[in-house]
Amino acid sequence: MAEKGIEIRLDHVTKRYAGQKAAAVDDFSMVVPAGEIVVFVGPSGCGKTTTMRMINRLIEPTSGTITIGGEDALRIDPDDLRRRVGYAIQQAGLFPHFTVAQNIGIVPGLLGWAKKKTSDRVDEMMDLVGLDPGEFAGRFPRQLSGGQQQRVGVARALAADPPVLLMDEPFGAVDPITRGHLQDELLRLQNELHKTIVFVTHDFDEAVKLGDRIAVLGDRSTILQYDTPDAILANPADDTVAGFVGAGASLKALTLMRVRDVELGQAVTARSDAAPSTVDLGDEKWLLVLDQRDRPSRWVQLNELRRVTSLAGAGRPVQDSVTLQSTLRDALEAIVNEGGRAVVTGGRGEYVGTVDLATVTDVVQQRRANS
Amino acid sequence: MTAGRIRFWAQPVAVLLIVGGVLAWVFGGELTATEKSTLNATSLLTALRDHLAMTVVVTAIVVVVAVPAGIVATRPWARFLAPVFLAVANVGQAAPALGVLVLWFLITGASGGLWVAALPLAFYSLLPVLRNTIVGIQQVDPSLVDAGRGIGMSASGVLWRVEFPLATPLILAGLRTSLVLAVGTATFGLFVNAGGFGLLIDTGYKLSLTKVLVTGSALAAGLALLVDWAGAVIEQRFGPKGVV
Ligand SMILES: Nc1ncnc2c1ncn2[C@@H]1O[C@H](COP(=O)(O)OP(=O)(O)O)[C@@H](O)[C@H]1O
Ligand SMILES: [Mg+2]
Repeated sequence: MAEKGIEIRLDHVTKRYAGQKAAAVDDFSMVVPAGEIVVFVGPSGCGKTTTMRMINRLIEPTSGTITIGGEDALRIDPDDLRRRVGYAIQQAGLFPHFTVAQNIGIVPGLLGWAKKKTSDRVDEMMDLVGLDPGEFAGRFPRQLSGGQQQRVGVARALAADPPVLLMDEPFGAVDPITRGHLQDELLRLQNELHKTIVFVTHDFDEAVKLGDRIAVLGDRSTILQYDTPDAILANPADDTVAGFVGAGASLKALTLMRVRDVELGQAVTARSDAAPSTVDLGDEKWLLVLDQRDRPSRWVQLNELRRVTSLAGAGRPVQDSVTLQSTLRDALEAIVNEGGRAVVTGGRGEYVGTVDLATVTDVVQQRRANS
Repeated sequence: MTAGRIRFWAQPVAVLLIVGGVLAWVFGGELTATEKSTLNATSLLTALRDHLAMTVVVTAIVVVVAVPAGIVATRPWARFLAPVFLAVANVGQAAPALGVLVLWFLITGASGGLWVAALPLAFYSLLPVLRNTIVGIQQVDPSLVDAGRGIGMSASGVLWRVEFPLATPLILAGLRTSLVLAVGTATFGLFVNAGGFGLLIDTGYKLSLTKVLVTGSALAAGLALLVDWAGAVIEQRFGPKGVV
């Protein structure tokens, strides 16, 4: 159903604003591969927004060519072009006098869709971004939280199913927790939709989290490095990029890896209805007690195990666990909370293994050795 | 009834009470023959009709001139016009309404009437609508215009669906002020043979007929208040939804 992304190509694109000596964007060339998220990251004023806005011709390039899906963007009527390219900005830019449904339905309306098709599409989009149409369709933007407004902004950008999406610091104005959720949702959407997304931010951590590729930009939008987050973290092209990557590159790299990518350890386990005397810990000091559906419930220490007559209620509860989909950074957090080893669960919450500090440090060291 | 609704209805009710009281006092007592020649249903209704006609025509001219002029003055390609338009409208308001009216009368050399009165009075009442149209559109968040263009709305689409609706509260507030100015200055209409309540005030004053003078003043004031109230109704009814 959804239209997949198409390639964007910028060739020697330059933008010189009237009355300014230096170009805002100087001879910029890049291929944004179809279906990928490319993040422009760089200090404020380096030309990220200008570069992005030339793709949908909100700003006309002074020279150079831009093709979208092989078509010369400069030969398409700008309004037509923009109806085919989704656009989401900071603070969402929702029209305050339009309801949520009207805001989302604007582009389908411009494209002349029938009323029924538009309203079905609006409901579908609201579901997609996690807003209940029954509750929110008739609301005005003022009646939404910042995070909900951003969701509507994304829904509006996607409403006409454009193959390309331009996003200019779309999550810049919301609190860090909401921003984290919005980022997770964008990744989930992208997993389904496979759009070509150009995403602008000045937050390198956001770039690492979202980007299939990151373009680190310097003054006049010069490309300092254009590569996968992995490669940039491991091998910053120069000191400027290294400075931008900042301290803790190893920790940031942990957000790129999932628990499912590392070798899991195994704890000694027993069902809570097993008799304590039948448990053989071997060399281990802890027993992991599982409930009737194999979900981890408690840790019981060797000494206590010898004293108790029943496993139910013995030891201390498992407080923090991670799933196979969690990042190693989350895993590290859980390991610290749990005191050295965290439980890993599968899709139904069942125990699948453990991950410990040594595993994580090994991964970090291995990455260092490889680069 | 909420406090808001009571306040809403207080104005027209007060106007009706005051005007009713004045009329009861005037027609309750004996009227002299000279008073009767002005204070009768026919001449009062004629004065009301002339006064309203002037107000409506003046307001219509103001809207037709000031709103488009204000919109043009906010287009990127015509921004330089904004100070020019405002200067002209400022002159209109700063000049004494009566002076402009009589000057226009002399210039046109016409025999007077509604249209001779309406043009200079409109010139005088222009500024509030013009200024509020310009300011109203300028104060629309530029990021909304950017968002509109960015998702593929045409320049005129953004103007009519975003900028103009969001500017209507200010435009209507300006219109309300212009309306009140128009009702007030329409009392000068008599000087160019356009009638109105000014006729009663003038007659009452010149012939020392207190009842005629009071009736004319009360009706003119009452009409101004009613028109102001009508303006408030329009503001509520036609302002954009969802904004404050
Ligand atoms: N409309 C404009 N007119 C003139 N100069 C501009 C305009 N927009 C941006 N600039 C200048 O171009 C440079 C790049 O701006 P921008 O693309 O907004 O940077 P970023 O998005 O990376 O913060 C800045 O120096 C900015 O001042
Ligand atoms: Mg920017």
